[in-house]
Amino acid sequence: MRLATLDAEALALGLTPGMTLADARAREPDLRVFDADPHADQDWLERLCDGCARYTPLAALDPPFGLMLDISGCAHLWNGEEALAREAAERLERHGLHVRHALAGTAEAAHALCRYAVGAAADEDAAVRRLPVEALRLGDESAVGLRRAGLRTVGDLAARPAATLAARFGEEAVDALHALLGLGQRPLAPRRPRPAIRLERRFAEPMGSTAFALQTLEEMAAEAGERLAERGQGGRRFEAVFFRSDGLAFPLRIETSLPVRDAPSIMRLVRERVEALSDPLDPGFGFDMLRLTVPQAEPLAPTQLALEGGEARRQEDVAALIDRLSIRAGRGRIQRLHPRDSHIPEQAQLALPAVESRGPVNWGQQQEAGDPPMRPIHLFDPPQPIDVIAQVPEGPPHRFRWRRTVHEVTRYEGPERISPEWWKAKDGTLANESVGLTRDYFRVEDARGRRYWIFRHGLYGAEAPHPGWYIHGLFA
Amino acid sequence: MAESLNSLAALRRHIASLEQLPARQGCARIATGHDPLDHALGGGLARGRVHELFGSLEDEGAAAGLTLVFGRLAAKEAPLFWLRTGAAARAGGAAYGPGLAALGIDPAQLFVGVMADETMLLRAAVDALRCTALGAVVVELRGRAPLLDLTASRRLALAAEASGVPALMLRIGAEPGPSAADTRWRVAAAPSVPLPGNAPGMSAFDLHLLRQRAGRDGVSWRLVWDNGRGKFDEMGDRRDERHDHGQGDGASGAGAPLSGAVVSVPADRPAAHRAA
Repeated sequence: MRLATLDAEALALGLTPGMTLADARAREPDLRVFDADPHADQDWLERLCDGCARYTPLAALDPPFGLMLDISGCAHLWNGEEALAREAAERLERHGLHVRHALAGTAEAAHALCRYAVGAAADEDAAVRRLPVEALRLGDESAVGLRRAGLRTVGDLAARPAATLAARFGEEAVDALHALLGLGQRPLAPRRPRPAIRLERRFAEPMGSTAFALQTLEEMAAEAGERLAERGQGGRRFEAVFFRSDGLAFPLRIETSLPVRDAPSIMRLVRERVEALSDPLDPGFGFDMLRLTVPQAEPLAPTQLALEGGEARRQEDVAALIDRLSIRAGRGRIQRLHPRDSHIPEQAQLALPAVESRGPVNWGQQQEAGDPPMRPIHLFDPPQPIDVIAQVPEGPPHRFRWRRTVHEVTRYEGPERISPEWWKAKDGTLANESVGLTRDYFRVEDARGRRYWIFRHGLYGAEAPHPGWYIHGLFA
Repeated sequence: MAESLNSLAALRRHIASLEQLPARQGCARIATGHDPLDHALGGGLARGRVHELFGSLEDEGAAAGLTLVFGRLAAKEAPLFWLRTGAAARAGGAAYGPGLAALGIDPAQLFVGVMADETMLLRAAVDALRCTALGAVVVELRGRAPLLDLTASRRLALAAEASGVPALMLRIGAEPGPSAADTRWRVAAAPSVPLPGNAPGMSAFDLHLLRQRAGRDGVSWRLVWDNGRGKFDEMGDRRDERHDHGQGDGASGAGAPLSGAVVSVPADRPAAHRAA
């Protein structure tokens, strides 16, 4: 086993990459060793590279630990090249990385300057010419050969005729030299996001029938499905645009809760959408183009056909139902409840559209086992005001009037005091109007057994002279 | 006479075949875990049927709670669908996850559909009932709901029958009318067994079976839902160990809870005599 790479401290101790582990251990018994994981390094580098899309669309990997950004035409957005470089370095350093950067006219020069630059130089060309020959990346043997020939810097090499160099060190040496000096170009291979799937059909004659347009769309959906299958993906969102010959365009968007690539299920949703349109899909003088795009796709492994009643099948069925209902009734109408970490009752949950919310939701243990429910099943938003008669002002309610009916309280529990979120107040004090008042909640039951959750809004005297009472929820 | 009896029997058979009554004999049942109730229903609520639960506006919380509990019992681990209208959510309160979780209805397995109007609600209900992957569908209708006539109700019943998913119709503030429901109930809140310190205890319900197809009806029960153990309790077996502190004057007398299982004692003999 050999050392792959070392940190600054280990280098200072005289260890070098490539050394055997046994040797290193012999010199430094306390050496901390970790397994090298080149794949993880590569993944990390790729993620950093994708993150650099904020600076330029042309960001490329420069393995094993470099990134190459083509910032032509992008620097002014960051107030100059140096400012951009500084900002990028700061951002990366926040991840605990040591960042070194160089700016140059070509990718090769930037690469070499970043790694081999020695001291300041008047301009870029001078700096490149002062680089050692190792900067050419020709391998150790050639570098040693060049040094033996007395050629120590790139400038020395550039002064020689190219033909003799090629004869002695090969064509690559000349290529590398030219690339470094900006005489030849080597292309940058930027990482780019995969283009979204986009299909178009143009018709020679405008097409007057919506049914036929939908049929064509189905063919396109099948094609999109094939392309998605090649990528091992399924679409979460689809967008079909019907272009009319008089210039109008009808966009239709559908969204699914599970990734799909199956043309019939896509078309079922599209048809559902067409039916739900408030103003129908009018072909007018005919459609002359259709476009289908898949703006959002997610991994979808090819699945084996599940047996009847399988769990996967069941999930798919429910997802299909939710998609259909969400498209027909509206996106936000089928909801799933998510817990939120807040002690303010109305903020303790979030109803999200079921199309968006996949995956498990963990409600966990809401209360002690063996207790009756401490929270209602229905919550009024906003709470409804009630008239309350209490025996003592700070005491529990004795009788209350809600919806023109008087309820006698026979049992109660409380108060459960819920303070406002005072830490959100601007000046940080408890007595601040902006965050609300303290609420004293009571769980009450009336003479006929109906259970309510009511609260007094504000503390007597301290927060309000006459606090109001509200009903906030109904228990089962 | 014998002839007319024969033709009557033939007619009955014919109607039975039209109504697919033989099919219902073998259909699966959802045991509620409350023995007298299950016994009266012949094993529990039938799967793939429509069950209507009526509750007055004042008893909304209790009616919704019991319907959801029945839905949860029917659905077991499968998702539960609760369809209601936006107007109902505004008037009766929005579904509240922490409370549902406390009642033993896991909100993670619950989908709440808040529909724009009743037409949309009934259409969605039919669609949901056709989906075999669901455990149960709760359809909440508020007020008279004129759209839910016999035809609409029959449509729901057919969809439920085809998929085997039970439909629980939660009717708030409505009067029973003609429908294709298998069972019809009236739900009201019942005074709970108080906890020490006179705090409201486990949710209690008065349940009255208004109608049951081909079965006995007109029976009442008082159920107590033990949310911790996820089953119905017999009322009364825990009563003795609790203390009943009235709050102030008069209030305690007005609402003294009565359990279903109190043994009546003759007026001329003291209760102690029986025990001796």
